[in-house]
Amino acid sequence: MDLSIFSYLFMQNAILAGLLGGISCGIIGVFVVLMHMPFIGVAMSHAAFAGALMGLWLGFDPVIGASIFCLAASVVVGPLADRGQLSPETSLGVIFSLMLGIAFLFIGIIPNTRSAALDLLWGSILTTSGEDIVLLAIVAFLVVAIVLLFEKEIRATLFNRNVALAVGIPATLVLYCIILLTGATITVTLRSIGGLLIFSLILNPAAAAYQLTYSLKRMYLLSATFGVLSCWIGLIISYYLNIPSGATIVITSSLVFMLAAIFSPKRKTPELTQSSIQEAKQ
Amino acid sequence: MTEAVIQIENAVVSYRETIALRGVSLAVEKGEFIAVIGPNGSGKTTLLTVINGLVHLTQGQVQVLGRDINGGNRHALRRQVGYVAQVSNIDQRMPISVREVVMIGRYGLLGFFRQPSRRDWLLADEALSMVGMTHLAKRPIGHLSGGEQQRVAIARCLAQEPDIFLLDEPTASLDWKAQTEILELVKRIHDERHLTTLFVTHDLDALPHTCDRVILVKDGLIVGDNTPDKLISTETLSRLYNLPAEVVEVRRPHIHTRSH
Repeated sequence: MDLSIFSYLFMQNAILAGLLGGISCGIIGVFVVLMHMPFIGVAMSHAAFAGALMGLWLGFDPVIGASIFCLAASVVVGPLADRGQLSPETSLGVIFSLMLGIAFLFIGIIPNTRSAALDLLWGSILTTSGEDIVLLAIVAFLVVAIVLLFEKEIRATLFNRNVALAVGIPATLVLYCIILLTGATITVTLRSIGGLLIFSLILNPAAAAYQLTYSLKRMYLLSATFGVLSCWIGLIISYYLNIPSGATIVITSSLVFMLAAIFSPKRKTPELTQSSIQEAKQ
Repeated sequence: MTEAVIQIENAVVSYRETIALRGVSLAVEKGEFIAVIGPNGSGKTTLLTVINGLVHLTQGQVQVLGRDINGGNRHALRRQVGYVAQVSNIDQRMPISVREVVMIGRYGLLGFFRQPSRRDWLLADEALSMVGMTHLAKRPIGHLSGGEQQRVAIARCLAQEPDIFLLDEPTASLDWKAQTEILELVKRIHDERHLTTLFVTHDLDALPHTCDRVILVKDGLIVGDNTPDKLISTETLSRLYNLPAEVVEVRRPHIHTRSH
């Protein structure tokens, strides 16, 4: 078997990035799916895009600009939704449009710098540096640690914010922290994974996991596993067929979802037996 | 029955431009079983959520168990107040089992960084058995019917071991049998656990006929507060619902005869 895939440093980094990014994206994907806010991926990547352009305009590292914008946006989403009595998804839409506006503004002001910012939006797992790996590892560790430590508070808040509040959990704070953690994860994974890839890597593994279980704990585990598998299988296919890795990872994660949906036990209908009909009649 | 466990003074609550409560004062003593009735949109739910601090007070003060519900210890105070919200307020697609939903009642008491112990699970199972839902413990919550979910919500409150029990239309949209059973269940829990209970309903048929006290709410004000036999008369109902007395006479449930 051809094992040359492991001999290149960039592939080793990509495989590590797939592991770490797959775990973080898989876990925050569970929040995103259960809170019905898939748009957060797109909104955050555009916040990063606008932030990177601002960084270029002001002459500092676009990555720092992107991080500031992403974090600021994720801090604002929750309170904006509450203050305006909107759903978080609508609040995200408002932020998304603002970010898009800012991005266009900078594109107009500073010509010929578009590609640097666009790189961030598209990203590439194959250019992941050692420094990126360290950042990805920190975020993956944080995400896993927070979910383990605050499992019950998060579970209650995802179940129903008012119920969580009523039993004495500071659910509003928990919710804002969940959104902030999601934003922070996206910010850090964006550089190595890319804005478009991140959307599918958050959504598909969690949506696939949701097809297969009624347990939240198992959903976290399955989703993280699917996230990592999508990255790894996508990378292998891309390496041996010599096609773009972003595309293969996105398509793999979609296939994982489709397979999960097909084999979902949730879709099976219980058999209507003669005895059950008799029972109902009595 | 002398200790005031809930003391509301001149509570004003508004949602944007709508004023839901216009200066309501109410004192509830330990062990009372109170029914709060009134038309839709009269402020009943708001009155209930003022007690556990889920709504923001524009004016006034609320003391629960001797402490300010909007003070710094509101999360701790809420742990002592069980709250059953209206049916259908939960996401039916949430991957969580009935038993886990009941355990949420204990999450606040447990506090941060502590996992449910064997005793916690025992209390949750006991609560489930009390509402007769043990056989559905492992089912996803979304697979249950409205009445069953309502029982689970009551079990969640039981697992919380509260001192005060707040129920918001727990029987709305339930069939007659489920409605009767839930009313009996609530009364039994109230007696066995020596709770202070407030029970909100717009449906006079769902009025717990064993309650000690009835509060009539209309247009954000308390317009009546007395024992059920003194308060539930044709005249008061006619005023409460803006219906002519003769219509009320035909339609109204016969509360006096039921309690005899």
